[in-house]
Amino acid sequence: MTAALGHRREKIDALAARAGQVPADGGGVSLTKSAFRRLRRDPVAIIGAVIVVVFLLVAAFAPLLAPRDPLEQALLSQVRQGSIPGAQDGFPLGVDQLGRDVLSRLIYGSRQSLMIGVISTVLGAVVGMALGVLAGAFGGWADTLVMRFVDILLSIPGLLMAISISVLLGQNQYALMIAIAVTQVPVFARLLRGSMLAQRDSDYALATKALGVKRSRIVFTHVLPNSLSPVIVQGTLSLATAIIEAAALSFLGLGDPDISRPEWGAMLASAQAVLSFRPQLAIYPALCIIVVALGFTLLGESLREALDPKFRR
Amino acid sequence: MSTAFSAGIRTALAGQAPVLEVEELSVRFTRRGEAGTQAVDGVSFSVAPGETIGLVGESGCGKSVTSLAVMGLLPGRGVQVGGSVRLDGQELVGAGDRTLRKLRGADMAMVFQDPLSSLNPTVTIGVQVTEVLRQHRGMNGKEATEEAADLLDRVGIPDPRRRLGEYPHQLSGGMRQRALIAMSLACSPRLLIADEPTTALDVTIQAQILELLRELVQGSGTALVMITHDLGVVAGLCDRVHVMYAGKIIETAERRDLFARPRHPYTGGLLASVPRLDTPRGTALTPIRGSARDAIPWAQGCAFAPRCDSGQDDCLTEVAGTTVPLEDDGPGRELRCRHPLATAPVAGSPTTSGADR
Repeated sequence: MTAALGHRREKIDALAARAGQVPADGGGVSLTKSAFRRLRRDPVAIIGAVIVVVFLLVAAFAPLLAPRDPLEQALLSQVRQGSIPGAQDGFPLGVDQLGRDVLSRLIYGSRQSLMIGVISTVLGAVVGMALGVLAGAFGGWADTLVMRFVDILLSIPGLLMAISISVLLGQNQYALMIAIAVTQVPVFARLLRGSMLAQRDSDYALATKALGVKRSRIVFTHVLPNSLSPVIVQGTLSLATAIIEAAALSFLGLGDPDISRPEWGAMLASAQAVLSFRPQLAIYPALCIIVVALGFTLLGESLREALDPKFRR
Repeated sequence: MSTAFSAGIRTALAGQAPVLEVEELSVRFTRRGEAGTQAVDGVSFSVAPGETIGLVGESGCGKSVTSLAVMGLLPGRGVQVGGSVRLDGQELVGAGDRTLRKLRGADMAMVFQDPLSSLNPTVTIGVQVTEVLRQHRGMNGKEATEEAADLLDRVGIPDPRRRLGEYPHQLSGGMRQRALIAMSLACSPRLLIADEPTTALDVTIQAQILELLRELVQGSGTALVMITHDLGVVAGLCDRVHVMYAGKIIETAERRDLFARPRHPYTGGLLASVPRLDTPRGTALTPIRGSARDAIPWAQGCAFAPRCDSGQDDCLTEVAGTTVPLEDDGPGRELRCRHPLATAPVAGSPTTSGADR
């Protein structure tokens, strides 16, 4: 843990140093640099970052870390009605009702959960931001049109919409990603639009306009980069929601039908049947989901504080 | 009528056609279901090449709105702009977005009040300066960077090459304003509007910036409109001064005439309220009574009447449905007042924050 912390510190130091490569002799510190400086001092941010990094590493190196093949039904012969073998040599967390190693399945499962979370959040963010730019940059009827559409999306409960979409698109992991992405779109669109509207009335936007710069350039070079920090924060927080939603959808049986890819939500669902005598099978994947979501949330919240000028010291 | 006459005088004085002619400019902010606010009400003035005029008045008198209206920078909705603004004879009121965009930055430019918030914090100075060069002078990467460094050098920023790679927060306040001036002068505009360019700076920097503006304008024949509430700036820089109150010009005069013999009680009050070095210690400043919010609509008489010391009954009465007219008042002067101050000169002129040479 301390090694990981030290490693993380070094990484952030390197990033902060890179951000500070512009000579800072004019007094004052760049926003990015001071944000990193505050992140580094914030224990909450470090805990969040450590959790996220650990899970990312586990997902990346799953084949090296997993003690066994997650599909191998090694202890199937020992599984009886009403009793599943617990932890033993070579199986630190025991096996599931099909005799497969739980730890290996959890490790491989992190790949699915993180991948679905990241891809659907990126997809949702890209589409949402495109809509946000459209509304925020042009205003008028484009704004009205986009925002009413977004309001409609927002008025439908996220999980309900995700379920309908994944049923509509058929049962595969892409449908799952798209379904979750759609629920993320309105949040990003609203956020970016609001932030752009505020920046559009700023002094520098007016000053740039007074220099005869094209509107498209004002939007993309000046207004947009200044509007991004709340979106970055939301992106981190949305990852947590996306991972939870992905697990929820697989729990409901709408996840990836390919059983060769273990997934936390699906593990949770199959553990229901044996909950009375082997609740650990549900507790482990649930813990994973909770911890990873917590990691992203902690990181996002402290990022929000670090980027907020009101907290600047 | 009087406008055309005085414009004629100025043109004769400068010997050239005016760069900017503003005639009966009016700006009205409207809101659905409300009466609306007349921010600028029939303002007329003109500026000759190389001339510097001052628009003076306290907050809310309409001077900034006038400048934004000239630049065509007022928002499209909720604003009615009337009258005429001509830049080198080209009508700007009602001109298309594209036309205005080509003129802004190239033929007319503006320097704003707060140099920090007028610069984009996330982009380097270099990108922001070269942007204008790319847009209006069609320069490409390297050429634009050379020219940008040259511009920064001309406005007195030391080590311009390094500054091009820096962000606004790394520059001092004075340097930021210099960078903004460099951007606005990048295409040698015919007209430069400076909207309180020194208000956010400290006093020593103010003098430097004013001196810089003066040099740049004198060297190039650019017409300069200084918008300010600082009479020191006016004394140091402006050839002619238009004093505004509640959206109208109330007095126009050559700089020396104005300081020597203010005619409108409001101008007199402004001059009297300037802190002076030669008064004994402990002497209270002489303020103008009330605040700009006490103005009454011009339709009901003179807007300044409620705060005026030399006001009389007829200041508050409507005469034949017209407001107090702006009338000729001696050579090169115009005045909107029924009971002007006596022509006896007031002692001295105020201390200047720009060197009055």
